[in-house]
This record gives sequence, C-alpha cells and structure tokens, in this order.
Amino acid sequence: MKTQGWRKFLSSPGRIAVAIAGVFFIVALVEYFTGATDITSSGASSATLRFAIPILLAGLGGLWSERAGVINIGLEGMMIVGTWMGAWFGFLYGPWTGVLFAAIGGALTGLLHAILTVRIGIDQAVSGLAINLVAAGATRYFSGIYFVENGGDISVSPMVQQPETFTVPGVSSVLASIEGQDTFFVSSVAGVLGGLVTNVSWMTLLGLLCVPLTWWILWRTKFGLRVRFSGENPVAAESLGVNVYRVRYIAISISGMLAALGGAYLSLVASAVYREGQTGGRGFIGLATVIFGNWRPGGVFSGSLLFGFTDALRVRQAESVHAVLAIVAVVALLFAAYLFVMRKRRGAAISAILGLLAGIVFLQVEVIPDEFVTFFPNLVTLLVLVFMARRLRPPAMAGAKYRKGEEISE
Amino acid sequence: MTRSRIFWGIAAPLSAISFSLLLASGILMLQGANPIQTFQLLFSYGFQPRNVVAELNQASAYYLAGISAAIGFKMLLFNIGIDGQYRLGVFFAAVVGGAVTLPPVLHILLIVFVAATVGGAWAAISGWLKIKYGVSEVISSIMLNFIAAGLVTYMLNPLRLGEQAEGSQNISTPTIPESGWLPNIEVAGGTLYTFIFFSAVVGVGYWILITKTVFGFNLRATGVSFRAALSSGVNAPRMIFLTMVLSGAIAGLVGVGTLLSDTHNYSLSFPSGYALTGLALALLGRNHPIGIAFAAFFWAFLERSAGVLDLNGIPTEIVTMMQGTIVISIVVAYELIKRLNLRQQQAAVGSHQEEAPEESKETDK
Amino acid sequence: MVTPVAAIIEVAGLVKRYPGVVANRDVNLQVDKGTIHAIIGENGAGKSTLMKMLYGMVKPDEGTITVEGKAQTFKGPQDAIAAGIGMVHQHFMLADNASVLENVILGSEPSKFGVAIDFEKARSHFLDITKKYGLAINPDDLVADLSVGGRQRVEIAKVLFRGANILILDEPTAVLVPQEVNELFENLKDLIKSGLTVLFISHKLQEVLEVSSHITVMRQGTTVASLTPKETSARELAELMVGRQLPQAKPTESHAGDTRVLDIQGASYRQGDGREALTKVSLTLSSGEILGVAGVEGNGQSELVEMILGIVKPFEGSIEVLGNDATSMTTRAIRDSGVGYIPQDRSRDAMLLPESLWENRILGHQATAPIASGVWINKKAAQVDSERIVEEYDVRTPSIRVAAAALSGGNQQKFIVGREMAGSPKLVVAAQPTRGVDVGAQALIWDRLVAAKENGAGVLLVSADLDELFALSDRIAVIFNGQIVAELTPAGTTPELLGLAMTGAKAA
Repeated sequence: MKTQGWRKFLSSPGRIAVAIAGVFFIVALVEYFTGATDITSSGASSATLRFAIPILLAGLGGLWSERAGVINIGLEGMMIVGTWMGAWFGFLYGPWTGVLFAAIGGALTGLLHAILTVRIGIDQAVSGLAINLVAAGATRYFSGIYFVENGGDISVSPMVQQPETFTVPGVSSVLASIEGQDTFFVSSVAGVLGGLVTNVSWMTLLGLLCVPLTWWILWRTKFGLRVRFSGENPVAAESLGVNVYRVRYIAISISGMLAALGGAYLSLVASAVYREGQTGGRGFIGLATVIFGNWRPGGVFSGSLLFGFTDALRVRQAESVHAVLAIVAVVALLFAAYLFVMRKRRGAAISAILGLLAGIVFLQVEVIPDEFVTFFPNLVTLLVLVFMARRLRPPAMAGAKYRKGEEISE
Repeated sequence: MTRSRIFWGIAAPLSAISFSLLLASGILMLQGANPIQTFQLLFSYGFQPRNVVAELNQASAYYLAGISAAIGFKMLLFNIGIDGQYRLGVFFAAVVGGAVTLPPVLHILLIVFVAATVGGAWAAISGWLKIKYGVSEVISSIMLNFIAAGLVTYMLNPLRLGEQAEGSQNISTPTIPESGWLPNIEVAGGTLYTFIFFSAVVGVGYWILITKTVFGFNLRATGVSFRAALSSGVNAPRMIFLTMVLSGAIAGLVGVGTLLSDTHNYSLSFPSGYALTGLALALLGRNHPIGIAFAAFFWAFLERSAGVLDLNGIPTEIVTMMQGTIVISIVVAYELIKRLNLRQQQAAVGSHQEEAPEESKETDK
Repeated sequence: MVTPVAAIIEVAGLVKRYPGVVANRDVNLQVDKGTIHAIIGENGAGKSTLMKMLYGMVKPDEGTITVEGKAQTFKGPQDAIAAGIGMVHQHFMLADNASVLENVILGSEPSKFGVAIDFEKARSHFLDITKKYGLAINPDDLVADLSVGGRQRVEIAKVLFRGANILILDEPTAVLVPQEVNELFENLKDLIKSGLTVLFISHKLQEVLEVSSHITVMRQGTTVASLTPKETSARELAELMVGRQLPQAKPTESHAGDTRVLDIQGASYRQGDGREALTKVSLTLSSGEILGVAGVEGNGQSELVEMILGIVKPFEGSIEVLGNDATSMTTRAIRDSGVGYIPQDRSRDAMLLPESLWENRILGHQATAPIASGVWINKKAAQVDSERIVEEYDVRTPSIRVAAAALSGGNQQKFIVGREMAGSPKLVVAAQPTRGVDVGAQALIWDRLVAAKENGAGVLLVSADLDELFALSDRIAVIFNGQIVAELTPAGTTPELLGLAMTGAKAA
C-alpha cells in the first residue's frame, strides 16, 4: 500500500504549509462570521499547549510501550505517580527536582509493568489495571501521611513552586499588538503564534522535544530498531541475536517515565498543586492518541494537539466549541470534494457525511454540552478504529504473549 | 489429580492474599503503625454484625460484577466495559422505573429487564466492533466507558432526565414509586437487601449455563482452544458477540441492588469503578460462582472495615493498595503455577520437545 | 576444466538420537564449493535434523562436520554463522511493517558512535550484495508490499549481509508460484557464479533435477545415494526416495456402493496471502470404500480437509458432502449431517487438552443426541459413552475424569477415533490418523477404519504414511502442489509411479 491520495498530497513540507494556511483561512472566516474570535486568541493557543502536553507525554509513553510489543493500560497510574512525585519533591526541593523524581518514579513503575508482563508473562491488561489501582491507592495513602502536616490535605498537596517560563522578547509583544488590531486573518495568525511564544514553561519545551527525540531514537538508532522489531516480530528479532526481554524492559520503563513526566506537568505547570483525580483519564486519552496517530510520534503529537485544543476551548468559551463545528463542517466538505475528484468515493462519502453532520449540529444547536466535549477524544478514537481499520498499522505483535525460545501464541 | 487441582486452586488465592498482607504490613510499619494491631482492628470491626450486613449488601453488587467478568474470561475476553454498562444500565433502569407505576412484581421485573438490556446493548457495541473490525475489546471498552459516563452526566440534568430535590445540591432521577421497591430484611442490627438472593440466582444461572448447556460448552471450548472449537463446528464470531452481550447484560444489573433496595433513584453519588473489581473478583474466584462469592464478600469486607482505620489515623488507602497487590499477586501466582504444571507434564511425557522432529511444522501455514 | 574442487562441507558418520527414535544415522555428505547441492527425501527421512545440525540448532551425537577443511562444533547458530553458514528458513522471519533494509540489518547494524545507525553504510553494503548476487529487492520497500518471492530474497539477503558463503535453503519453492520459482533458480545460479555454495532441501524432483549440480538422497534417517542429475533420472530418484519395497497391498474387498458420500468438482482455494493452495481439485468417494490421498505434507492436504469440513470455502468449484452443498453449510451443519473428522493435529484441533476425557467426548458432537438434547448437555450420556469408547477402543486411562493431556498420543487418538465413529458417520475424514501413535493403537485404528467402510461409510484417508495407505485404501489419489495428479490402485501401482506422482515429476 504505497503512499496514495491525500497522503501524497501532504508529502512535502511545502504542501503541508499550504494545507495549514488553507485551514487557517477557513478558521479566520468562521471566526469573522460567528464572532467567536477566541478560537485563535493567544489565550486559546497557550491553553491548547498546556492541555496538550500531558496528553502528548502520555501518548508518547503509550507509543514506546506498544512499539516494543506491550500494551500499557497502566499509563494512567504512571501519570498519577508522576503528579504526586512531581508535586511532593517539587515542594521539598524545587520544581525541577520534582520533575526528576517524577521521571524516576514513572520509570520504576514502568519497569514493574515490564517485569510482570515480559518476564513473568501475566496478561498485559490486568497488569496495567492493577497498577492503576495500586497507584491511586498509594498516592492517596502517602498524601495522607505527608501532605496533611505540611499545609495540604489528603487530596491536595501544599502549593508548589512552578518551573520558570520564558517569553521570546520582542516577538511576543509585536504579535500581541497585531492580535489586538483585530485584522482579518493576520490577527488570527498573530494570536495563535503569540500564545506559543509568551509565558511558555520550560517544561513545555521539554515535552515538545520528546517528540523529535522519540522519532530519532526509534527510527535512527540501533536500539530503536530493536525496540520496533520487538513489537513487530520478536521471534525474528530473537533469531538475529536481539535480547527482546531486555529491550522491552527498557522501552516500557521509558514509557512509564514519559507518562509520569506528563503527570508532573499537570501538577507543576498546568497548576501548582497535586490534586486527587488530576489526571482525569488523560492516561487513557494518551492511549487514544497512539491509535489516532497511527503509532507514529508525529501522529501522537497531532492527536494531542487536537484533543488539547478541544479541552482548552471547553474551558474558555462555549461559543468557541460551537464555532469549531462550523470549521469542521467546512473543512470536511472541502476535503470530501477533493477526495471525490481523486476518485476516492468511499472516503469522500465519509467525509461528506461528517461535514454535513457537523454543519447540521452547528446550525441547530447553540451550545455543545460540556459532557460531550469531555468524551470527544474517546469517540474520535473509536471512529478512527472503525473507519481507518485498514490504514492503521499497529505493531504486529503488540499485546501478544511472547516467551523466549517459543513460538508466539495467538 | 483433582485433589491437587483443589489444592492449587486454593493455594494461589491464599498465597496472593498473604503476600499482600505482608506488603501492607511493611508499608504500615514505615508509617510507624503496628500491622498486627491494624489487622486486628480491621477484623473485629469488619465482623461486627451491623457491618457484616452492609458488607453482604455491597458484596451482592460486587458479585454480579465478578460474574460478568467471569463470563468474559471463560472466553478469554476482557470486559473492562463493565463500568459503562453498569452506569447506563442502572441509569436507564432508574429513569424507566421512575416514570411508570406497575403492579409490584412487574415493576421490579421491568427495572431489571431495562438494566440488563441496556447493559447488554452497550456491550454489543464492543462485541460488534471486535468481530467486524477486529478492534480489541479492551480499547473499545475503555473508550465506551468514558462515553457512557459523559452521556449519563449529560442526561442527569434537571433540563433533561434528572430532577433536583428542594434545597439539595444532588441531582437524581425521579424516585421510583414503592411498587418498584424490593423489601429489606432487618437482621442483626442492619438492613439486608433481599437483592442478595437475586444475585445468588444469577450466580446459579451462570453456573448452569456454563456447565450444563451446549452454549456454555461452546463458550468454554472457545476459551480453551479456539481451533478445536472451530473444528467442532462452533461459530466463533457469533460466540464472541453473544458472550459480550451476556457479560454486559449482567454488568448492567450491578447497580440494580442499590436502586431497588436503597436509594430508589440514580444520582452521581453512585459508585464507579466496578470494572476492575469485577475482573479482580473473577480472577480471585477462578471464575467459579462460589469462589467469586467468597471473593466478593472478602472485597466488601476489606472496604467496609477500612472505615475504622480512619478513626485511628491510618489512611484507608492501605486497603486499596492491598486490593491492587492482591490482583497482581494472584495473577502472578496463577502464571507461575501454570508454568510449573506444564514443566511437570513435559517431564512426565519425557522431553516431548526433542521427539520426532519431522512432524508437521513443515509447509502447512 | 576438471580441477579437483575442494569440498566445502564434509559430513561423516553423523548420528542423532531422540528418545525412542533415531533421527539420523550414518549420514555422509560432501558438498563441493560453488555448487547447488540438493538433499531430497520424504517426510521423516531425516533432512530437517541434518539441517539443524548443520546450522547449529542441534548437536550431533556422533560424527563430524567439517567446513572448509576445519572440523566444527557448533554451540549455537552464532557459531554456524561465524563459519559462514546461513540458513534461509521455510517460514520467513520478517517484520511486515518495516523496510527491507531494516529487516536485513537488524542485529548487525553498522553504527555511528555505537548508537545511531549508519544508514549510508548499511545501504551501500546492501546494494553491493543485491547487485553482486542479482537480488531484485529495494532497500526502502515495505516488506508488507512484497510478494512471497520478494520476501524470500530478503531472507537470502539477510544471510548474505552477515557474510555467509554457504546458504541452506529449506524447501524454498514450497510457497512460490512457478514464475517465482524460476526467479529463485536464476538467483541461485548467480550466487554460485560468485563462488557461494547452496544447499537445497526439497522433495520436488523435477526442480531438483533442473537446478542442482549434485543430489544426495536420504531415506529413513540416512543418506542412501549421491548422484549428479546427468547420471540419474526422476524415476531412479523416486525409487531411491521411496525404497524398493512397497508395503504389501492387502486384498480388501471393495464395498463401493452407489451413493456418493463426497463429490468434489474443480474446487480451488486461495489462501490469505494470495497463493492458490488448491487448484481445480476433483475427487469422488462412494460409500463403502476407502480413498487414500497420498502426498508429501504441505501440498494442500490440510486445506483439502478443511474445505470438506467447511472451515474454509473454495472460490470456485463445488463440494457435495453426503449430497448436500458444503460450500454453503457451516461446519456444524456438515458434521451433524453424518461426517466424522479425525484432524491431522489432534492437540490443536481435536481436543481440549486440559479438560477431562468425558468432556472431550462432547467436542464435535455438542448438538446431537445422545450428548445433547436441545440446549442441555447430557453429562450422564457423555460419561456413559466415554466409558464405552474406553472399553471398545482399549484406551489406557485410569478414568474418564482424567484430563486428556495426561494420556499418551496413541490413547488420545484411539479415543478420538472412537468418538468420531460413535455417531455411525457416513463419511469419515481421517487426516494422518496414526501419526505419533504406537503400533498397537495403529492396528486398532486401522481395524476401525476398515470396519467403518464395511458398514457402508466412505472413508477419506489423507496420509503421508505409505504403509497405511497401502494397507487400507481401495484407491489412492495423489496430491501435489494443490492438484490431484494421479489416481491409482494399490495393487496396480509401482513404487516408481507413486514416487513420481508424489514428487511432481512428469512420467518421463
């Protein structure tokens, strides 16, 4: 299945830029007509980033694990470990120490998952779920012991110092003024870009860096190649001298570490406390982005941006969510037209139906209920699983039981 | 041969529980608490008659979650969707139950029927996705759980299906008229839900289905050996679908006990998180109706008696951690035992692997 | 240009024993450098064991292996690779979702600073190899997009990348279509032109005669002949493979009746990967007769059996089982119409190993009386009938409550046969029914199959065991490469004819 159709269309950076510009134009148009100018405000874009990073890190965690062949349902638990360790050690020694300890805690939890599923061979889903349970209980337990006497209570830690932020000098203020001028399209662009360079936490940068880093390690290094083969065909890897067990231990530890970093972000950057239930299911959304992103770091990044965006909008202004529907409708219908021209009837039909649905809802409904937006990522994931079943390329042996020296059991 | 089976059957859960007790003791000692005292506290509190009754009530709900999970397990299916199936089931059962008035028995039957049907239908989505599109039921169930939670929260709004009582912050479904109430039994200082008998009946039904019917045989066979079942004529996709639906239907019933015997309406204060409990109980009870019953009571016992810890300055979460470690230890124990058994068997047959290497494995598949 | 060419591999007096069976004894082999050397033999001839010893998977009990003049003891595949021996397996070990280059270099990646992969170096080395040896594969193609022939070339590239100069190919043409076979042979000829040596395991005589420079024949665990294609013929090779003595055909009366219990016309079946496993197969079986299906394993037998049982469906042609159109019936329906099925792989397809014996009685019959009535399983009936089977078929077991896994292979098979005969089936499909079974059990199972025939059933006996086929069959059909290539009678055939048919040689 060579790159066909619209993938080829997006195959060069130049073309991607054109596509993005086109979408942006549509966004600006919709903003103008609906008055929902908040969509491209700098507030919205920085909120998007803030909401996206935890999901991104959890998603990258899920990616690492599944690429190595093990499904990690325990991402949520590892995230919780990260929120707690980040907040507590951040409180004690400063935010970056918190980050460090979060990473260590996450890696150890990941290692536990690895030992249970790889060495001992218990079911991956059970291991993940149990880890979630233990993590939730343990953090609450230790909160009760440590937080209470330090100014917090059993579900909230004492306030934590946050890592520093940076603002790109000059650029930031210029963009802000352009945004303030409310010029069609230009202000929108300025708004989005402004949010990306103003008051950005260093940890955000760290999180973003994990994307190209993940890509480089998995696709450009020896270790990464072995990780991928452990997920695609561990028997083949073993036959060529790869120690699949060891590779999986390391990959899953990294998985836990990344998820925990996502958690630390929640308690250190997105807020300045640990709060029980902070993760809010983001570990599972992370899993969803892996599927949405077709098991590639770039895809996980796009997915986390998308889900972060909807999360951010929900928090800011309800009419923005409503306006997004209009954007979806227009883009989907245009895409459908394009696919139709390219003779991809089925894709065109699906896209057209989606666009029409979005358009109808937009016209009929004033406000999208908050609850629907909360499960939007989950719904999208299901739709992706159904409609993109053929295009999805999960690692072939992810989830299968592998024992050294034996054949794969189905 | 069966003797040793029973031995191993009990040895695994017992060793898992012992291990978790040890681990919990360690954590308690870290905090400076005395583990023996703590466990004594738990024990004595948990076995107070009033609390035993409360535990039985809770266990009757847990039991259903365990049976639901067990049905899936027999076919090697993971029904993590118990959460969503339960929530939607009990919600719609409450709504329908609160909207009509029927003669007592009928009213209750209607509520039960709605709960089971909705739960089964929600699970059917996962089942259909699996057989039609090969989507892992683990992933789809998790996604559907979130969607279910969102849908219920949305509908539980005074503007829609919910209602808000005067002077209360709590939103719930309309209260079910008394014809839809299950009687309770006052015993030993507590109120026992008669629902527990219903749960027991479900357990019996499960056992009969699995061991005495053709459907049950097919279900077990598919779980033991997919290929052998296929060769024997079992329609695998149909089996998978039906099993998910059945498991979901029972999951839908999990909240009915509370509904019929206690609150008589549904509100957001209803518990969540039955999925992991159900799976844990099925594992602890080895998918056996009596084993799950013991496990369900044990689980409820742990949770209820944890309440006393609070009064003594010990966070109740030690119990949650114990539950989590029990789940891990028991699965590890099963796996290790399975490996041991296999090795024993192979030794008995006499290095079976080294035999006649010309056997199959050639060009077929 | 007759220069004494040094033997690159010399095997002398190799012996390998397993509990209960001697897989190889007195094996002698001499492979000359720069040749394609074929090793032929039937199933059970000992080829696989010899190969495993040559590439280090298995240690010989006696004898020597010499590579390029040096005696070798391989402790594992790494040692064999170090000695220059590379094995191209029958079942490919590739990751579909990765590129050709990635699959080839895994485990031996050239690197920068020990961490990053030096793709330039890898690519140039790869291209060197593919150019030098004429392998038509591109480094950046996704393996999932390759044909079977392409994948095989990747496997070959894998061993060449690691510096192998002796390649062992195990039944390489088993999964290829004719054009791909030709491509493969061209590649092999290029390889030896460059000075490499190829060891080629096969049972397909025509191909072997076409491409090899030297042939070693194995039979019953030992090497029986070493020849060149010029000095022999397919006929002679077949004779050597099969052995001069064919089992005595037992004169059984044919009770063939008028009813056709099985009627297959022009049925073809395509596997998931596109390969046609069965091509226009036609077979008929009447009541009261035993039709044997002979052939080396892997030529479509299992697909044929599964097709009859409705587990897979053909894309063309018709199959009638007991007068009903099987292509539109479920396996359940086919079995319930009176078909008994003894699968080839009993532990995978015929039994629930951890379950008790009496529970296994239910398997396959869970919808028919007396085991089931309506929705209920009649446990009593199952147990009673299990006792009967244990009694009648002399199944050695302490009780019917014992797990099936605890019984020996022979007793398991006896029970299975007893179970399948229980419903007085009108069609019995028996695939390798006495494989891995002790002599006593074999005799009993043979008796029962004949008894079934005498009672009017039609028996389809698929077997790789010539003794069995000759002892039981009224007629024998030979299957090769998914096609029925001959129909013979035991009395009226010779070893040569049978061997030729089984190995696909045209009657010269």
